[in-house]
Amino acid sequence: MNISNKDNSQADLIEYATRLGDDSLILGHRISEWASNGPFLEEDIALGNVALDYIGRARMYYTYAAELTGEGKTEDDFAYLRNERDFSNYLLNELPKGDFAFTIVRQLFIDVFNSLFLPQLQTSANEHLAAIASKAVKETRYHLRRSKDWSIRLGDGTEESHQRMQKALADLWGYVHEMFEPDELEKRLIAQGIAVDTANLKEQWLAEITETLNTATLEVPEAEWAVRGGRAGHHTEHLGHLLCVMQSVHIRYPGAKW
Amino acid sequence: MQIITTVPYLRHERQVQRDSSDYPHIWTLLDEIADPEIPVLSIWDIGILTNVVMKASKVLVTITPTYSGCPAMDTIKEDIITHLQSNGYLDVEVNVSLSPAWTTENMTKAGQDKLREYGIAPPIDAPSGCIKQFTPTEGVKCPHCASTNTLVISEFGSTACKALFKCQDCQEPFDFFKSL
Repeated sequence: MNISNKDNSQADLIEYATRLGDDSLILGHRISEWASNGPFLEEDIALGNVALDYIGRARMYYTYAAELTGEGKTEDDFAYLRNERDFSNYLLNELPKGDFAFTIVRQLFIDVFNSLFLPQLQTSANEHLAAIASKAVKETRYHLRRSKDWSIRLGDGTEESHQRMQKALADLWGYVHEMFEPDELEKRLIAQGIAVDTANLKEQWLAEITETLNTATLEVPEAEWAVRGGRAGHHTEHLGHLLCVMQSVHIRYPGAKW
Repeated sequence: MQIITTVPYLRHERQVQRDSSDYPHIWTLLDEIADPEIPVLSIWDIGILTNVVMKASKVLVTITPTYSGCPAMDTIKEDIITHLQSNGYLDVEVNVSLSPAWTTENMTKAGQDKLREYGIAPPIDAPSGCIKQFTPTEGVKCPHCASTNTLVISEFGSTACKALFKCQDCQEPFDFFKSL
């Protein structure tokens, strides 16, 4: 079989856009689970807003992947008609929402990551991805400010909130590493100036996290463990449950519109 | 002669686009379409409407979302198509463009005034210097009593584009249209 380089690189690009969509959708869905469960009304609304930003990003990435794929595909095919193994989000994004401290620590990790990742994606050789990044980066500035504020408030808060934050840090620490480990596909796209080389972001990410945790009187975890596999479609048991809920209506009523 | 504009560049560019358009009547028709979440603002005022062109008998309208997840975009698209069709333009296509990304500066002066009258503090009512980056934590002028003795309650209000404030003088809570 003779597949031209152009087709290969198109397939890479579709997969990359899909991955970025998966990261956004799965995290957006997890945050949306806070709706009506937030600690107070304003925070409930804030979480809903952040969830919407992420779901909006997912729509932009998926719509682009669908355009490139052709065959009449739409964003819905990507969100609703794929199985666990087809999703390639980072594992960090799919973990159950946990308590409020857990959600805030995850947001802090991801917001700092995005505040470094998106400005790089803005300079991508692919104009469409660059445009999505330009839109998203402005929202991320707001997200980051909020997750930093909350981290400090809870870390430097009561004994209980401090302990819960420290526990969340310990529970989540091993999930951050895969964000900084581009696989072969990403490396091919990095070479073309399309994808972001996330390996270069780790040092600054760690510096910013350390600074915030210090202010919050929290310890940076030292534990050396790492869980990987999201980009390859190897997920935790939690993703399947999430998809069951998220895809249920579409599967029961195929093609439903509302 | 070089013209130095006193309004933000993107807003100026959009205005030039409109003023030099061959289809002013279509722009005027689209002024009747409001943002479904803030019905006092037209899609022109808020800065979502960026271009109108015609290709043969087809009208191509370009809009840009305020926030990535803005749930109003689908409604706005449909409103544009329905409104133009009921005015005789049967073939209408609405494209969503992401670049250049929308900023608060796209909003017209008239739009900002309408917001204030509606009870939402517009971005220009932030204390000077805070316009570009972030929401100020205090000092936004209350749209009810014009006091600047105000405090932010939450940076994420009833919609993605608004923050929640309260006025320390008249005690009323109010929305502030965030700078982005």
